[in-house]
Amino acid sequence: MAEASSENKMTVVALVENEPGVLNRIASMFRRRAFNIDSLTVGRTHRPHISRMTIRVVAGPEYAMKIAANLQKLVNVIDVRVLDNEPHIERDLALIKVRNDDADSRNTITEICDRYPARIVDVGPEVAIIEMVGTEAILEAFIEEVKPTGIVEMIRTGVVSMGRGTRIHDTTLINRRKLIEAASRARQGNGRIV
Amino acid sequence: MKLKGSEIIMECLLREGVDVMFGYPGGAILPTYDAMAKYDDRIHHVLVRHEQGASHMADGYARATGKVGVCIATSGPGATNLVTGLATAMMDSSAIVAITGQVPIPAIGSDAFQETDVTGVTLPITKHNYLVTDVNELAYTIKEAFYIARTGRPGPVLVDVPKDVQNAEIEFVYPDADVMLPGYHPPSEARSHEIDGALRLINEAERPIILAGHGITMSGAMNEVRELAERAQIPVALTLLGKGALPEEHPLVIGMMGMHGEASANLAIQEADLLIALGMRFDDRVTGNLKTYARNARKIHIDIDRSEINKNVKADVGIAGDLKAVLTQLLPKLPQKSHPDWIRRIRDWLEDSSERDILNYETPGKLMTAQVINDIWRLTGGNAITVTDVGQHQMLEAQYYPHQRPATLLTSGGLGTMGFGFPAAIGAKFGQPDEEIWAIVGDGGFQMTLCEMATARQENINVNIAIINNHFLGMVRQWQELFFEKRYQATPMVNPDFCKLADAYDIPNRRVSRRDEVEKAVDFARGIDGPTLIEFVVEKEEMVYPMVPAGADLHDMKRRPKPGEA
Repeated sequence: MAEASSENKMTVVALVENEPGVLNRIASMFRRRAFNIDSLTVGRTHRPHISRMTIRVVAGPEYAMKIAANLQKLVNVIDVRVLDNEPHIERDLALIKVRNDDADSRNTITEICDRYPARIVDVGPEVAIIEMVGTEAILEAFIEEVKPTGIVEMIRTGVVSMGRGTRIHDTTLINRRKLIEAASRARQGNGRIV
Repeated sequence: MKLKGSEIIMECLLREGVDVMFGYPGGAILPTYDAMAKYDDRIHHVLVRHEQGASHMADGYARATGKVGVCIATSGPGATNLVTGLATAMMDSSAIVAITGQVPIPAIGSDAFQETDVTGVTLPITKHNYLVTDVNELAYTIKEAFYIARTGRPGPVLVDVPKDVQNAEIEFVYPDADVMLPGYHPPSEARSHEIDGALRLINEAERPIILAGHGITMSGAMNEVRELAERAQIPVALTLLGKGALPEEHPLVIGMMGMHGEASANLAIQEADLLIALGMRFDDRVTGNLKTYARNARKIHIDIDRSEINKNVKADVGIAGDLKAVLTQLLPKLPQKSHPDWIRRIRDWLEDSSERDILNYETPGKLMTAQVINDIWRLTGGNAITVTDVGQHQMLEAQYYPHQRPATLLTSGGLGTMGFGFPAAIGAKFGQPDEEIWAIVGDGGFQMTLCEMATARQENINVNIAIINNHFLGMVRQWQELFFEKRYQATPMVNPDFCKLADAYDIPNRRVSRRDEVEKAVDFARGIDGPTLIEFVVEKEEMVYPMVPAGADLHDMKRRPKPGEA
């Protein structure tokens, strides 16, 4: 169902309150329950008070449901979804520094990059940096091809995912801080003064 | 009106209906202690002798009343001393709010005097916790803390308040708006297909059994569970914390399940074709070996915590919901049923169990724990709130003090916290001043928190302490006897003279070492309005049976010997 999804990995997506310590709470829960994380990414959404996490776990569906239930239990976690039950897009980004110090390797790298959605973003006399974006599976295939030329450094962001079409995973719930601001406004105006 | 953070804390506690708090002062919480004086007529502060005691008292208060218990401590060591109590409350879903002082915000992270990362330390043992960094958020945070503590699956919530936040002054407006947490929606009712699924399993079952847990009491679903059991004629086995959820004299109640449960309950679970698990979580002390647990049974599991469903035991119908709400949906559709063969079979097991009752043993000249506990039951009319510690006396309480009302056995089930019993009993008495309270504790556990005798004296709180003294860490000794060839490493206890200790604390006391002295001593304690202590010197090497060894199959019990074989 997923776009070239790796077989025994599940993707859990969580919307969380963008508050200090939330990542710690989630990491602590994973550690305490001995859930294994393959990758975890967290980033902002278009709503400043909400962050979105994509968590990849090496697990079957039952295990993923357990993780989802435990995530949902955290007060700062707004919503959780296991994405593998629905069509979705997933993307992983890698920066790969490769040896680039002779014509052969330069040619090989250019040739490989042409066949993948990869770009060379920095070139020097000895090394080049490739930026590669794609599904986890395509990334892994690409890395395998590049490996013989000599990878000297690499970083991957981890997978981010989003459901296809109108499978919208979002929330318009208001910010807790907004409530406090409202209370502060009331304080100056028509609030009940104690 | 301008108020300081410290006063805001007190104002918020008042609005939550708090009438008592248990705590211990110190540098970082001093501003709040200073503010307390103004509120002394409405919120009574109980000065404990160790912060662990404060956390257990708040827990005992919460369990006895169903309200939120409150404890308060200073930063650093004060806060870390609460840890055991928070973990205890977390495991048994007890609603407490802990307020701790913290070093001033500019000092946080500098390893300041008495600084501990308390929200970090307590993160996995609280339902939620807060570090308040802005006095404007203080009132709303405390409101949230109480809301989270008491709703859904209750649990402990800690609010860490830096000293400068306590001192900061703002124009105070109590946030009247309801708490709104985007990520916190405890489930309530079941979906109709879930109800239908449960009904189908109940209708098809020939050998059903209800597993009654703590959630029944917390949801207030006692009548609904009773109706379910009676209408469909389903026998009921109780978890340790489920005791009292249904009156134990009810003919369908077949005893406690699990490691030291009754054979009737454990055998019935193993032979059942349907488990109806209500507000319980299939703890390993309840299931034994999961691979052989209720192998022939389908399972209906109703619990308010979704993550409990399918955690240990896979449910055929798993319903995340509030038990009372779910059963209210289910009961109107439930037909009358009967299972005479099944009930008869269980009755045979019950008869066999009662033959093996310790009270039938001839024990001339000996004082057995079961006798003491059963005598306390008889002399209190079975109507006291008993608060136990952890170990043999705890299991024998569960076996020999039948409870007829919910929330009348308060005990640390999940965490098994020694030292819980006595302070929790004090907390319970503050919550239920009209109830008779007995702290039934072992000689080991009592010594972990006996400093609270000073608290009991200072408050003149009417709690009766029954020390079951066998001069051993009895349950550990039992395991050593059974599984470590009687190598009693670090279990024999050279104890203080408990009666002299009680004298030192000015607590009236008696020592009992013969059965015929029990009644007089219990009557003595019941006649005094204030703390009392009775030391029962019991047999040194008693065993608690039945016993399912850890990890063994639930039906693989060591039974009580029959009289004469003992």
